[in-house]
Amino acid sequence: MADYIWLIPCFPALGFIINAFSGRRTSLSFVSWVACLAIFFSFLASLAVFFQFLEMPAAARVFESDLYTWIASGEFRVPIGFRIDALSVIMCLVVTGVGFLIHVYSIGYMHGDPGFKRFFIYMNLFVFMMLLLVTGNNLLLMFVGWEGVGLCSYLLIGFWYEKDSAATAGKKAFIVNRIGDFGFLLGIFLLFVSLGAEGVWTLNFGEIQKSAHLLNGDVVTLITLLFFVGAVGKSAQIPLYVWLPDAMEGPTPVSSLIHAATMVTAGVYMIARLNFLYSMAPETMIIVALIGVLTAFFAASIGFAQNDIKKVLAYSTISQLGFMFVAMGVGAYAAGIFHLMTHAFFKGLLFLGAGSVMHAMSGELDLRNMGGLRKKIPVTYWTFFIACLAISGMPGFSGFFSKDEILWKAFSSSQGHTLIWLLAAVTAGMTAFYMFRLFFTVFHGECRASAETQHHLHESPKVMTIPLTILAFLSLVGGYVGIPSLLGGNNAIEHFLAPVFGSATPASTTAGGLDWIGTAWASTTETAGHDGSLEMTLMAASVMIALFGIALAYILYVKRPELPGLFTATFSRLYRAVHNKYFVDEFYELLFVRGTLKAGALLLKVVDNGMIEGVVNGMAVVVERAGGRLRRLETGYVQEYALAVILGAVIVIGYLVVIPMF
Amino acid sequence: MDMVLFPLLSTIIFLPLAVALVLILLPRKNPLLIKVFTLVWTILEFGLSLPLFFQFNEKTAGMQFMENLDWFPEYGIGYVLGADGISMLLVLLTTFLTVLCVLCSWNSITDKVKEYYASFLLLETAMLGALCALDLVLFYIFWELMLVPMYLLIGVWGGPRRIYAAIKFFLFTMVGSVLMLLAIMALYFHFGRDTGLYTFNLLDLYKANIPVMKQYWLFAAFAVSFAIKVPMFPFHTWLPDAHTEAPTAGSVILAGVLLKMGTYGFLRFAIPLFPQAALAATPLISILALVGIIYGAVMCIMQTDMKRLIAYSSVSHLGYVMLGIFAFNMQGLEGGIYQMLNHGISTGGLFLVVGMIYERRHTRMIADFGGLSKVMPRLAVFFMIITLSSIALPGTNGFVGEFLILLGAFRSNISYGVLAATGVILGAVYMLWMFQRVMFGQITKEENRGLKDITKRETVILCAIVFFIFFMGLYSQAFFRKIDATAAGYLQNMQTKIASSNPAGPVPWR
Repeated sequence: MADYIWLIPCFPALGFIINAFSGRRTSLSFVSWVACLAIFFSFLASLAVFFQFLEMPAAARVFESDLYTWIASGEFRVPIGFRIDALSVIMCLVVTGVGFLIHVYSIGYMHGDPGFKRFFIYMNLFVFMMLLLVTGNNLLLMFVGWEGVGLCSYLLIGFWYEKDSAATAGKKAFIVNRIGDFGFLLGIFLLFVSLGAEGVWTLNFGEIQKSAHLLNGDVVTLITLLFFVGAVGKSAQIPLYVWLPDAMEGPTPVSSLIHAATMVTAGVYMIARLNFLYSMAPETMIIVALIGVLTAFFAASIGFAQNDIKKVLAYSTISQLGFMFVAMGVGAYAAGIFHLMTHAFFKGLLFLGAGSVMHAMSGELDLRNMGGLRKKIPVTYWTFFIACLAISGMPGFSGFFSKDEILWKAFSSSQGHTLIWLLAAVTAGMTAFYMFRLFFTVFHGECRASAETQHHLHESPKVMTIPLTILAFLSLVGGYVGIPSLLGGNNAIEHFLAPVFGSATPASTTAGGLDWIGTAWASTTETAGHDGSLEMTLMAASVMIALFGIALAYILYVKRPELPGLFTATFSRLYRAVHNKYFVDEFYELLFVRGTLKAGALLLKVVDNGMIEGVVNGMAVVVERAGGRLRRLETGYVQEYALAVILGAVIVIGYLVVIPMF
Repeated sequence: MDMVLFPLLSTIIFLPLAVALVLILLPRKNPLLIKVFTLVWTILEFGLSLPLFFQFNEKTAGMQFMENLDWFPEYGIGYVLGADGISMLLVLLTTFLTVLCVLCSWNSITDKVKEYYASFLLLETAMLGALCALDLVLFYIFWELMLVPMYLLIGVWGGPRRIYAAIKFFLFTMVGSVLMLLAIMALYFHFGRDTGLYTFNLLDLYKANIPVMKQYWLFAAFAVSFAIKVPMFPFHTWLPDAHTEAPTAGSVILAGVLLKMGTYGFLRFAIPLFPQAALAATPLISILALVGIIYGAVMCIMQTDMKRLIAYSSVSHLGYVMLGIFAFNMQGLEGGIYQMLNHGISTGGLFLVVGMIYERRHTRMIADFGGLSKVMPRLAVFFMIITLSSIALPGTNGFVGEFLILLGAFRSNISYGVLAATGVILGAVYMLWMFQRVMFGQITKEENRGLKDITKRETVILCAIVFFIFFMGLYSQAFFRKIDATAAGYLQNMQTKIASSNPAGPVPWR
């Protein structure tokens, strides 16, 4: 089996190549079959590995194989090699499973688009890169996938490149991600060099894990922070989240696959993959948890005041990713991956549902022009409803189990903190509120669309609604793989992931420059024991908060729809700040874009055209002038030449005669 | 140092010259014959250089395919040729790019066709000679010989400001050459007085024992000459002018090979001849390289002319090469060598693409374009791939070189590595911004609406470039295997030389 694991990323690559090199006359159905089957085969291969794993003892569940040496220079030697263990097989299943459904959905959604084929070529390339990211057995290969998915994201955000906003959004995504990649790259260097100093030259995950104990605590803190910078870029956390809302310029299936279900979770996967390093760096963990919870809260608050259906979902994604980082930061890696999976189901579904709404509404995105769609597009309505319940954390739905696991760990873990739990729980309530605000404005009340649009309202074709239904089913039951023991389950996913995360027990003491943070933190941490009643109380509390959010949304947007207007009028200044996303984009634009352009213009003027060219052309001028002066000596009068000769002779003779006299 | 019976290197070097001489005899009336004749022979020339790669002994660090004849024995001037892992790959790059240059000039050069291709062939001989020469006089002759055809290519077949650009190019390079010539003489007399052996043979001169103070002066003379060629900040201002005015093929060969002569000069001459001075100059050169990387990138952002932009990006990329070489470790050195090849492929490719657009629209201004993807979808794909190679996306050749350089720099001095890595961000900014303004958006200018997509000939050219972008990106071992022994031997030599002259202290680098 181990020798064949490269097949998993290979299938989408094949699909990409076949479609990219098929002639111009290939039929669209051929293109879509190739693209979807490529992902499906990859899904089957992942399933095969998964079932193989189930038959193996937990500790042995690792397949690793190297194909060939990619780069070798001195001590630096990196193969093209793959590793599949419990963590990556889950990632593979999510990527290929959800990816397959979204591919199928896209056949309907992209129907009639002139770029149909190009779309599927990019999508297959994306899945290939994403699989490379999660199956690579070393950091460099992970980085290849990491940049590769960034490329596909760039290409797909700017898919409708004739729109300036789309092309600009794509570029912004790529550049902001590169800022993160800068950190990732430095992390790789520092890790490689520090391990090398101990005599271990490797970037292989397994080997790093084996020798991680050789590293000094401060260095590990720095390394993990650098990697986290990469994660912040890719997973759109504060302060690098600004690209994700703009990324909604891409086709909706792209938003669903790349900007909700898979690529943006790569940062979470990276920390999970390197959990043994993070567990050695408690200071980093605190920062991860803090950034996570702040992003979750901040993005959710922006979600309150957006009127674009996809923008609301984008901020919701940022917020949910924040939850996953909270999990990572408190050392609850399995809970984070669990939430990653359920989020892929329900957020993928939400985006596809939004796409179906847009499909029905002739491309409308503005919530203010929707309403009352419940009857017109029933499948979309019901599936969207399930997804909203799941993301709000209603008991029984998938989001409930994963989110509650995170909340509980945020509270109870030795790395956790009551404040983090509180902020996260409040955010969960906010999530329920803005999701149901969205839900009610789209599907309930009066339809506010133009007569023309209303006339064309229709449910999406089967090829789109079937993926919706399957994802709705998964959003409903996907949580049952992680029922906590408290509710009579056995948290299967945590057990399954234990071989990857089990060994990583968070270090309680630290010896580093950032010690004081750790100490200050620990003193306020309540180390709650595993008390069932406490866990139950917290669970009930979070459900109550969510219910409150939903109820509030119901009152404001169904019962008393005049209230929100009144509210925004009263607090107009606050509303404007939130509606404009706290003007962060404008601030960045001023600081970085204008700043760079100003500096560049100044340098060009002063250094290149002023100083250097000044010297160069100045020399030319000096030579020219000197030549002009010297030319006057050449008068053409023989007498003057004769005079010069005599003068010269006198000087030479004088020199020869006079000098020796001294 | 095996001597070969068949003088392969000489044949490779002088074949283009012979072809150029025959070319002069061909009838002027028939430009097609001239073009086909040149193309066939440049392809044969490329084929002839392939045995260098396949017969190269990757186990040894020494010179291979050596030819050693007396030329002016009374002055110690010899006809010495040889190739190691570095020059062998650069020779291949040269013969490869020359084929593409002939192909891309097919329709764009209509005036004085015969003279044009003859100049090009002469240039090829000069470049190959400079890469293989192991005698300082022989090297200097080829080095100066490169100037003449390049001067003509810019000055005769160039753009509107070609005369200014050509003279600027010539004068800048001449300043450096004069300094180098003086240093060569000084080295010759020093070695002769020191050992009694008056010779210009580089392999002998490597053994010279030069006092450190003298090394500084000689190194400085060589270094200025090569730094102008690279070009390193602040000697770079001739490059944008030369590139903008040169015909497409001129830009390709200028970026692809001529700039590498500067970095190659450091590798072959300045560093191994004067190791202590090179080591002492490391901070200065590394900082200038860093300034070049960042400053070049910022300049790129400001450019409104595509060719000028790519010219400045060369300043940035060559900064990486210099930084890698002066890291003095395996990763930096090999990354630097690899990046020399990469830059030839990807920047050469960018100039080819811009040339294709220029041929259709006769403008290079970014503002004159927009939305070209719509009318030239095939060009868009190639342009995108080459752009990605230029910004070092993993999977392309650029990544392998840039990654190793950054790693090498990081190992030698963490702050160099960190600063250089910012270029990763800036590179994406200027390249993607240019790509967006040229290829994306709506077509705003009527003239662009009727542009034809690339022809078969152009597709062939770009396919060749793209093939190497991916081959070198995905299977770099094919090349590193050839470089490994040379690079390891190179560092080893330097260490022993430094250690032997400075027995007290340990080698001051890792």
